[in-house]
Amino acid sequence: MGGYILRRVLSTLPVLAIVAVLVFLMLRLTPSDPAAIIAGDYASPEQIEGIRERLGLNEPILKQFIIWISGVLQGDFGESFFYKKQVAELIGERLEPTLSLSVITILLVVLVAVPLGIIAAHNHGTWIDRFVMGFSVLGFSIPVFVVGYILIYVFAVTLDWLPVQGYQRIREGVGGWLLRLILPAMTLSLVFIAFIARMTRTSVLEVLNEDYIRTARAKGQTEIKVLIRHALANAAVPILTIIGLTVAILIGGVVVTESVYTLPGLGLLTVDAVLARDYPTIQAVILLFSFAYVLINLLVDVAYTFLDPRIRY
Amino acid sequence: MQEVLTGATEPVLSVRNLTVRLPGGADRENAIQDISFDIGPREIVCIVGESGSGKSVTAQAVMGLLPKRDLVVTGGETRLQGEDTTKATIRRLRELRGTRMGMIFQEPMTALNPVQRVGQQIAEVLEIHTDLPAAEQRKRVLEIMRAVQLPDPDLMIDAYPHQLSGGQRQRIMIAAALILDPALLIADEPTTALDVTTQAQILRLIKEMQSRRNTGVMFITHDFGVVSEIADRVVVMQRGRVVEQGTRDEVLRRPREAYTKMLVAAVPSLVPPKRAPVEGKVALEAKHLSKVYGKRTFFNRKARIVKAAQDVNFQIRKGETLGIVGESGSGKTTVARCVARLIEPSDGEILIETVNVAHLPERDLRPYRRDIQIVFQDPYRSLNPRRTVGQSIVEGPINFGMTYEKAQEKARELMGLVGLSPDALDRYPHQFSGGQRQRICIARALAMGPTLLIADEAVSALDVSVQAQVLELLDNIRKQFDLAVLFITHDLRVAAQICDRIAVMKNGVVVEHGTTAEVFRNPQHEYTKALFDAAPGRDFGVQQSVA
Repeated sequence: MGGYILRRVLSTLPVLAIVAVLVFLMLRLTPSDPAAIIAGDYASPEQIEGIRERLGLNEPILKQFIIWISGVLQGDFGESFFYKKQVAELIGERLEPTLSLSVITILLVVLVAVPLGIIAAHNHGTWIDRFVMGFSVLGFSIPVFVVGYILIYVFAVTLDWLPVQGYQRIREGVGGWLLRLILPAMTLSLVFIAFIARMTRTSVLEVLNEDYIRTARAKGQTEIKVLIRHALANAAVPILTIIGLTVAILIGGVVVTESVYTLPGLGLLTVDAVLARDYPTIQAVILLFSFAYVLINLLVDVAYTFLDPRIRY
Repeated sequence: MQEVLTGATEPVLSVRNLTVRLPGGADRENAIQDISFDIGPREIVCIVGESGSGKSVTAQAVMGLLPKRDLVVTGGETRLQGEDTTKATIRRLRELRGTRMGMIFQEPMTALNPVQRVGQQIAEVLEIHTDLPAAEQRKRVLEIMRAVQLPDPDLMIDAYPHQLSGGQRQRIMIAAALILDPALLIADEPTTALDVTTQAQILRLIKEMQSRRNTGVMFITHDFGVVSEIADRVVVMQRGRVVEQGTRDEVLRRPREAYTKMLVAAVPSLVPPKRAPVEGKVALEAKHLSKVYGKRTFFNRKARIVKAAQDVNFQIRKGETLGIVGESGSGKTTVARCVARLIEPSDGEILIETVNVAHLPERDLRPYRRDIQIVFQDPYRSLNPRRTVGQSIVEGPINFGMTYEKAQEKARELMGLVGLSPDALDRYPHQFSGGQRQRICIARALAMGPTLLIADEAVSALDVSVQAQVLELLDNIRKQFDLAVLFITHDLRVAAQICDRIAVMKNGVVVEHGTTAEVFRNPQHEYTKALFDAAPGRDFGVQQSVA
């Protein structure tokens, strides 16, 4: 097991290397000039040229890459063109909102979707099942930004129960922190709840036809324990796979949600950085995202071994 | 003595006029209709019948495990020690399950929860029905594990099902079913999925446990060998009705009803008929055939290596049937797949005429593909459900250049030959029964004009009466086309009837090889002897052929 984890961690290195090269190249190949953006609308060509010189954008691409990557290898992601700060520091500041939002969303998704799926499977073919599935289709079909604005309209504007947007740091009070995250988390989670509820239903339904479910009933086990101890325990592997994917997709999803709710997280940072052609920041954020993807995959694979004793690496 | 036992005490289970309705659109109105029988304490009653006869529905009705939406009890009662379980509340049923009635199932591979330790699964019964503390539960579990003769209970209690063999898993099931000493044990085909030697042990165990604990047993089976081995009384079912019931000897030796007579007669005898040696040309020869799975590599030096077949030698003549007999894991299917070149052998030669096809690349192999055709075990899964049987049959010949019209004509001819209507070519596999599908598979194989037909457990999934017909068909086409047949089976009775020669395999090695008559009359190898000893109902088979 230890050896397996080590091998997996080592195998992430080439992935990250490829991502680094691709991101770097793609940014340089896009037809736009960060220097011009920084300089503003009224700058002279000389001023722009001066900025280019200062940022090192006039060097050959290969040299730029070597400078950047050797910095990265030493833990130095460079200085943001736009914010005039170390990128590492910038990301550090923006990490908390994104992490908070992701964690709360995932909790919400798992706590709602899994029971929903089990209930639907247990009541297979009844109106309860059809209701859950209907909700699930709805959840798929509405785009995130529509859900976001509807929820804001209902809960923030009309009912005035929750703040419209903004973020409060957790150390300034858990209540305020949570209150401001509820709407974004609900928005973000809807599509995943729909998706995971469906997956859970399918997996559990399949397992409910297995012989060992009949065995459990023949022992006199109660239905709730049959569902949880025997059905869910066996349906867990595919469900976990989907949850893992969800976490990965969530990271992409925060870009939109943070824009809608103006949460000062990594998503918003990415959008701003892209608009400003802030190369060092974009590169660092994308490297960070891909590292997170790889890490989540590893965690999911390791978690399999705890859920199913037949899986051994 | 039987009469004394059942007469003196109240039956543990008394089924009276039980009727269970099928959902609309089924082939008959009721799954079971108006059936009645009793099971006394310490009595083993075998419910025998072919698939669809309603045996399992009967068991589920007693346990209250019928799928509610589809199958409804519409009449009669099932009295368990006087209490009608068909009218019990779900709560009461749960109390009764595990305490007064226990059940074991056909597939020990799937009947245990794969992600739970086996000890926990036995203890679950105690946890549901008793207030015993955990330590006491564990003690009781260890006791019952010892009682069902599981090796090393102290270690095995914490094992997961996949770490156990099929026989051991079935012992776990029996332990869980019997830990609270229920009055009734329902065993639904409990040994069908097991190898003969394991089957013999499990049958012995069930018998031992029930007589020591005074358990009444409802034993569902389709296997008359098993019936003759274990039954006190027999209930014969056909299409949801009880056709005949009586003591074992009455039903097996002196059946009254035509259906029972037909069933008993259809059981292949263990005594092989006389067969003249086949003198035809050698169709295929295997020399030093081996197949090894797994490979040690630089990164994985401890990889498991399985020698699925080692140094297997045989030849099959035209018009001859060679049987390969063995238990699961013996390598018989591996040999069949190597011969058909579905997999590449690791070593050795497969000679067709003088060409060694063992290691030919796919391109050069193609002309030989049509020479060897296979009929597989499960006719339900070996036909593509989305294609008509006609499409399935003509596909091969067309691939080898036959025109559509010609292939179609041949398909019609073959359908007639295998005993089906040529007009059925437009139908889909699900519109046929298991036996009919196997006939279609045979027609499909014959369409290629093979010289060697491999039948891999081709009749194992079929009911005895259907099995007898398909065996006859196989024998007829062998004669008609002068086919060489490689017949893979675990069933000694079937092998005795159809094979000219037999090779017995164990752990990838052929341990004995001779004419069927020789091997059956005078087995040489210890393993062959053990196999014969384990065959259920040996006396039954002998009796039959003498009569």
